[in-house]
Amino acid sequence: MSTRNAIEIDNISKTFHLATDPTHSLKERMLRLGRKGTEDFRALRPLSVDITEGSTVGILGHNGSGKSTLLKCIAGILAPTTGEVRLRGRLASLLELGAGFHPELTGRENVYINASFLGISRKEIAKKFDDIVEFAELAQFIDEPVKHYSSGMYVRLGFAVAVNLDPDILLVDEVLAVGDEVFQLKCINRVKQFQREGRTIVFVTHAADTVREICDRALVLDHGELVADGAPGESIRIFREHLHGHLDDKSAFVPTTESLARISAVAIRHPGTAAGKSYMNSGDPLTITVSYETKAPINDALLELELLDTKGRLVFKTDTDRIGHPLGRLNGVGTIEFTAPSVPLLDGDYPLSIRLSDREHGHMLDIREGQHRLAVVSHDKASGLVSLQLSVNVTRE
Amino acid sequence: MTVVGRKRRLGTHLREIWAFRELLAGLIRKELKVRYKNSILGFVWSMIQPVFLLVVYNIVFSILGEAFDRFPIWLLCGLVMWTFISTSFTTSVQSITANAYLVSKVRFPRAILPLSTVGAAAVHLALQMGAFAIVLVGFRHPVDWAYMWLLVPAIVTAIIFCAAGAVFLSALNVKARDTQHLLEILLLGWFWLTPMLYTWQRSASWLEGKGITTAIILINPITSVVITFQRAIYGVDTVVITGKAGPVAQQVLPNAEQLWYLRNLGIIALVSAILFGFALNYFDKAEANFAEDL
Repeated sequence: MSTRNAIEIDNISKTFHLATDPTHSLKERMLRLGRKGTEDFRALRPLSVDITEGSTVGILGHNGSGKSTLLKCIAGILAPTTGEVRLRGRLASLLELGAGFHPELTGRENVYINASFLGISRKEIAKKFDDIVEFAELAQFIDEPVKHYSSGMYVRLGFAVAVNLDPDILLVDEVLAVGDEVFQLKCINRVKQFQREGRTIVFVTHAADTVREICDRALVLDHGELVADGAPGESIRIFREHLHGHLDDKSAFVPTTESLARISAVAIRHPGTAAGKSYMNSGDPLTITVSYETKAPINDALLELELLDTKGRLVFKTDTDRIGHPLGRLNGVGTIEFTAPSVPLLDGDYPLSIRLSDREHGHMLDIREGQHRLAVVSHDKASGLVSLQLSVNVTRE
Repeated sequence: MTVVGRKRRLGTHLREIWAFRELLAGLIRKELKVRYKNSILGFVWSMIQPVFLLVVYNIVFSILGEAFDRFPIWLLCGLVMWTFISTSFTTSVQSITANAYLVSKVRFPRAILPLSTVGAAAVHLALQMGAFAIVLVGFRHPVDWAYMWLLVPAIVTAIIFCAAGAVFLSALNVKARDTQHLLEILLLGWFWLTPMLYTWQRSASWLEGKGITTAIILINPITSVVITFQRAIYGVDTVVITGKAGPVAQQVLPNAEQLWYLRNLGIIALVSAILFGFALNYFDKAEANFAEDL
């Protein structure tokens, strides 16, 4: 691996001047003249990181930790308040599903426009065009306007353009979580091929699993501060600790202000709760009720549930689609209830994460990362995670 | 290494825009395609507006008794150019705000956006000029070939002027959305203050009557462009009007050589180019906050 830096982040910080209410008109500005109508929000404290060529770096952090701000500063979309970012080579960024696609244009036209945002000539795109279409699996639909595409088709085309145009640096923000599983696998394989070719990848995610699987380095951000930078395993541990730190400090959880929906409450019920106990017995039934609240209708929502053990290993993960109960459209307030007839876990404290996402646009809407826990008490003397309730039957001759 | 997040020098900014010229072409194509998507007449719509105005003004000025020989041709000289300039301004002012989805998600020299709207307007201008040429041939209108070459510097000047305005206004509109509304009013006034519907000579004699120098008309940068079109395409600076007292020769344009027109255009092109530089610098400063302000 080369030791040259692909990305040099030099003392970058970002302060947003949040208008107490945004002014876009002259009148409001005049009325406000002389008064300070803004509040400073330090999204990113000064931080410096060098990323060597050919490395794959994951950026972990809860909502509002500044990880997307950092990615946008690297991508050159947001101008940092202090410092600068230096890049070596061509950069492609996937900050949102099909960012830059125009709904009225066909897939083909959008591929050309999208690629020219990277400064690539039409000639060069024409050479890669078939690869892009093949990778996206959209041969029949490439001359259809993209407004007729499904969210899966959008993400496929966006990803296909970004990876097939030979960027030296690829920035990815959470998008990969959205495609279907087969395509996700294809993306991960492509990312691995990228790694072999010595390209640099930076991606932002909530999913510690993915970081463990493909990254060779992980950064953890917390309230705009870099709290960990090292091997993925170690960083994931620190990430989880910080999340648990927020358990006691409810105000520390900052959902992004632009989010269109949020998880307003999570209630965990089992026979123990009725008796006023904080723990449940192994084998007890369980009900998890998630209340949501939307500011605008979400057309294709997905709720994910993830149970880890105290060491951060995945115990169980599913989502409303995999259960076979797609949520579809959410509008206003409501609840989603998960019930399990029996939870056969062994003794332990299991952090529970709940994520609500908008599959249409590929946004993570809200996340409760390990803020709730299942405390399970088991009378089983076995060790491990699952209680198999074995019985023994011995026959002696 | 590319540096992100530092203010650009003018030269760097221009080089960056040049490097993305294919994107500029792509966005112009997109702009044209999207505008006429699902419309049966398509590009014909861009002709309908000037033709409609032409008919209305021709009627109005005939009623007022102000129309002269081949008045529609005279009107078209001004309207074709005015349509280009006003479309450039009105579409470019919203080019950043209307493309918020791009500005906050993709990195590219954002000045490409206002420039692409000027480019799209220029494509329309070319089409309208083509249609205009057919009209001229159809009516066997005698253009003045000695002045014809001046159309090239006139169009170039108009494009530089519009590019400067477009870059500046699009950035300003992100800060204060009032810009687009204010612009609409200003354009209306500007239209009537440019000698398109009436003649240069009319405004000149009015000013002389007030003891003001006629040079003041040339402060309006569009005037120089429009009168060049009129001189070359309408073809004469004096028309014969048949009134009650018989035919009278009336001057409509200044009695000037080609070089006079070229000098005026040159000054405006130069000033516009300098303004374009300032506009780009202003844009560069404002660009840093686009993603937040939108």
